[in-house]
Amino acid sequence: MQSKHTWTKTILKVMGDEKRQAVTIPLAAILLSLIFGAVVIGVLGGVNPLEAYINLLKGCGLLPKESYAGYKSILTDFASFLNAWTPMLLAALAVAVAMKAGLFNIGVSGQMLVGGFIASITVGYSSLPAPVAMPLVVAVGFLMGALTGGFIGWLKYRFNINEVVSSIMINYIAQYVIAFFINTFFVNPVTRQSQAVGKNARLTFMDTLVGNLKIDIPLGIILAIACVFILRFLLDRTCFGFEVKAVGASRSAARYAGIDVGKNMVMSMAISGALAGLAGVTYYLGYYGSIQPRVLPSTGFDSIAVALLANNNPVGIIFSSFLITVLSKGSTYMSSASGVESEIAAVITGIILLFSACGVYMRYLIKKMKDRISEEGRNA
Amino acid sequence: MERIIVDGLSFSLPLFIMAIGGIYSEKSGIVNLSLEGFQGFGAFTGAFAAVFASRSFGADATTAYVLAILFAVIGACVYSLLYALVCIQFKANQTISGVVLNILATALTAYLTKFLNKRLFEAASDKFVLEVSSRITVPGLSEIPVLGYVFTDIYPFEILIVIVAVIAWYVLYKTPYGMNLRACGDNPHAVDAAGLPVGRIRLIAVLVSGALSGIAGISFAYSISANFSSSIYMGYGYLAIAAMIFGNWTILPTLGSCLLFGFARSGGYYLVQQLGMPSSYSDLVMILPYALTLVLLVFFSKYNRSPRALGEIYDKGKR
Repeated sequence: MQSKHTWTKTILKVMGDEKRQAVTIPLAAILLSLIFGAVVIGVLGGVNPLEAYINLLKGCGLLPKESYAGYKSILTDFASFLNAWTPMLLAALAVAVAMKAGLFNIGVSGQMLVGGFIASITVGYSSLPAPVAMPLVVAVGFLMGALTGGFIGWLKYRFNINEVVSSIMINYIAQYVIAFFINTFFVNPVTRQSQAVGKNARLTFMDTLVGNLKIDIPLGIILAIACVFILRFLLDRTCFGFEVKAVGASRSAARYAGIDVGKNMVMSMAISGALAGLAGVTYYLGYYGSIQPRVLPSTGFDSIAVALLANNNPVGIIFSSFLITVLSKGSTYMSSASGVESEIAAVITGIILLFSACGVYMRYLIKKMKDRISEEGRNA
Repeated sequence: MERIIVDGLSFSLPLFIMAIGGIYSEKSGIVNLSLEGFQGFGAFTGAFAAVFASRSFGADATTAYVLAILFAVIGACVYSLLYALVCIQFKANQTISGVVLNILATALTAYLTKFLNKRLFEAASDKFVLEVSSRITVPGLSEIPVLGYVFTDIYPFEILIVIVAVIAWYVLYKTPYGMNLRACGDNPHAVDAAGLPVGRIRLIAVLVSGALSGIAGISFAYSISANFSSSIYMGYGYLAIAAMIFGNWTILPTLGSCLLFGFARSGGYYLVQQLGMPSSYSDLVMILPYALTLVLLVFFSKYNRSPRALGEIYDKGKR
């Protein structure tokens, strides 16, 4: 009995008060998922899970590998990781903004595709000089994403169409229409993907010789980090941010307070879509250089996990997107070095999601434990 | 004309049975976006059972087919239990956890398919190959002009689906359990006050939606793709939800919207073939059901009345 009490007390002490739980509950979710993943890797795969996880880090340039090919080092791996991280960070911000307004934007993938595709065909295939083309790519992605996202918000506001259903429909429509255009007009017959965009419009300097290394320098990461702080300012320090959060907390209360609920829903979906569009251009014109037809980027769906894990806090998203990108980016190297199926990384991401979705319940459990202990203390 | 009806039906009926699952769950007050994951997981367990039976015991095609359907139902049911646990017991947000379960299903089945193929069948493959199900033509009935096409070239699962759908309709509208279930979606507190267990009624509703989605999943695997791979996650689960919303959460109008989706799809394919357009135009046809959904929702969503307590987490102490 005594030992059981010490256990509950230790758990309570570690989890902390309500403010600290915003950090400790996601950490607990991650830890539980990693343990689950380790059991799967160890028992089913028969591989030392610790080694597999170390290989994950090695694949992302966070730990040195045993040997490197020419022009490669830990720095090139890390730069490549940053390149993959950028769209994830932006996409997660997109999910978070919508979530703050109480909307669930599951259409981030579709908005990424629309932004990336339109930017590719308008600017990517042009011969504009790089200093003009690059900002133009960003602007086009921003605008197209905002239009697509705003359209979903408008459908909800004007026709009361559930945003989840409409954005899924738009996802599929975008996927197939864009596949049609790529296959008909822009296909590269060898790769079966769209024609690669020009170097002038690419947001990542690919294979740039720095010293004796060939590094992919992603410019988008600066944009993404800037977006984190702009968004934080927008949400925490402006009237607009306050209204959005009020609408998200209670639509009817916001209406009583005289807030234009419809306008705020459309606006927050437009901002969400714009961020998704930015994610799209950093994905299709940065990380990759072309678009694979009939495929939606999985980043758009993983970003839901990232936002959820960070409790929709822009700064928290920096950390959670880092972690999820480590899982997805490092899985290829882990698969080749440890012989574990690379899909296990996606499974771990899914489990993290599942645990984070139960975050409210965890909070409730901790509160219940606390109440019981204080009650017993009073009785004694 | 014949092909449009035959292919349209073989697509709309699995969609319909899945939509009925959605109606069960949502009428009981649980938002169910995870139909997509349920059908995928069901297709996975079913396809695995079929492949395992024919590889290990040399089961013939019919036995494998029956086993596939049986295990698809069981598998999807077990997976839906996880959903019930998360959103009824753990009181998680239903929209989010539904999508989470879809993501998890995609990842889990992709991993397990690769893993099982490697360990059990020593093949480096990410799919379970199935045969396309044989078709039946009802003699006599199929001779009737136009209407006869309904009885021509039907897959066995279509018959099963019609039978299950009739039972599901009866249970939902004509039995006390069905009434309690519908009451749970509109006013769970009244159900509780009448001394009935809200949580258990909702649990059964979610399990039913899992079982029915399992039938749909394995039907898609046996007709459209003839294998199980990650291509099973084509968004048909979401399409079923759209059909359900469009059908105003009632079974018969939902059948209508499913048929509309099916015929729009098969009609479009027929058109591409007849006009001799290049195959990339089939991509444009693929958007028909989705675009149709959006347009129809624009016109009809103001008449829609979702169950009143839909998506609300049931809290006994709340007034």
